[in-house]
Amino acid sequence: MTNNLLFDFTVDKAAKTVFITREFDADLSLVWDAFTKAEILDQWVAPKPWRSKTKYMDFKVGGQRFYAMVSPEGQERWAIQKYTSINPKTNFKMFNAFADKDENLELPGSNWDYAFSEQDGTTKVSITIYNESLTRMEKMIEMGFTEGFKMSMNNLENLLATLS
Amino acid sequence: MESRRDVFQAIADPTRRAILLLVAAQAMTPNAIAEEFHTSRQAVSKHIQILTECELVKQEQKGREIYYHINANKMEEIDKWIEQFKKILVTQFSQLDKVLLTIKKQRK
Repeated sequence: MTNNLLFDFTVDKAAKTVFITREFDADLSLVWDAFTKAEILDQWVAPKPWRSKTKYMDFKVGGQRFYAMVSPEGQERWAIQKYTSINPKTNFKMFNAFADKDENLELPGSNWDYAFSEQDGTTKVSITIYNESLTRMEKMIEMGFTEGFKMSMNNLENLLATLS
Repeated sequence: MESRRDVFQAIADPTRRAILLLVAAQAMTPNAIAEEFHTSRQAVSKHIQILTECELVKQEQKGREIYYHINANKMEEIDKWIEQFKKILVTQFSQLDKVLLTIKKQRK
């Protein structure tokens, strides 16, 4: 059952946009909670061994979540999510940017658009991420993911072909 | 005014991708590159200029000729972040799968 859950990931480099679709084996209201409630978010958003720590989260339009990704060594990388649109159990939009520990934004950030739908007990989440700059994406990856990823020119050609 | 060059713009163009693949195989002069395309020499030259500004290709003077060769480090950067970002998501979502399962069990 869990094995055939859809995962789709495409990148439009020219538009600096990433499209992601993922299915989850749970009903809509649970998946919605998992994306919109701090106590559940903190259990899964940080790729282990990092952990997520939400200082506060006010999930409403104009509200924000102020949180940190904490490294195993205790290093904190703060970020802020500002909610710009919310339609309960349907979709929400947010602006995400890194910040310092005093909530000062480090621009540029990125815009995230989440859409939720349920069919036969499986919930599909479609995410569109628009990044203003490559620098921002590089920063996202800095967080604990420094191991090199080498790709041969052949692989690169295949990758570019799939993107065009 | 042209905005700051962005590697994404650079590789969004099919001609520029073709140029990258050519110079990845071997260093080439601007003339040799231009001969591979049906478009004007000027157009190809403009593409090379953009690739140079983005540091995707590097110039090297050999005698009287300028050769272009690929800057592999820069190319790897692009793929590195895409792949790693994907890896982060895969990890996150599998963590979420587990969390959802745990919550479902608790509810029963």
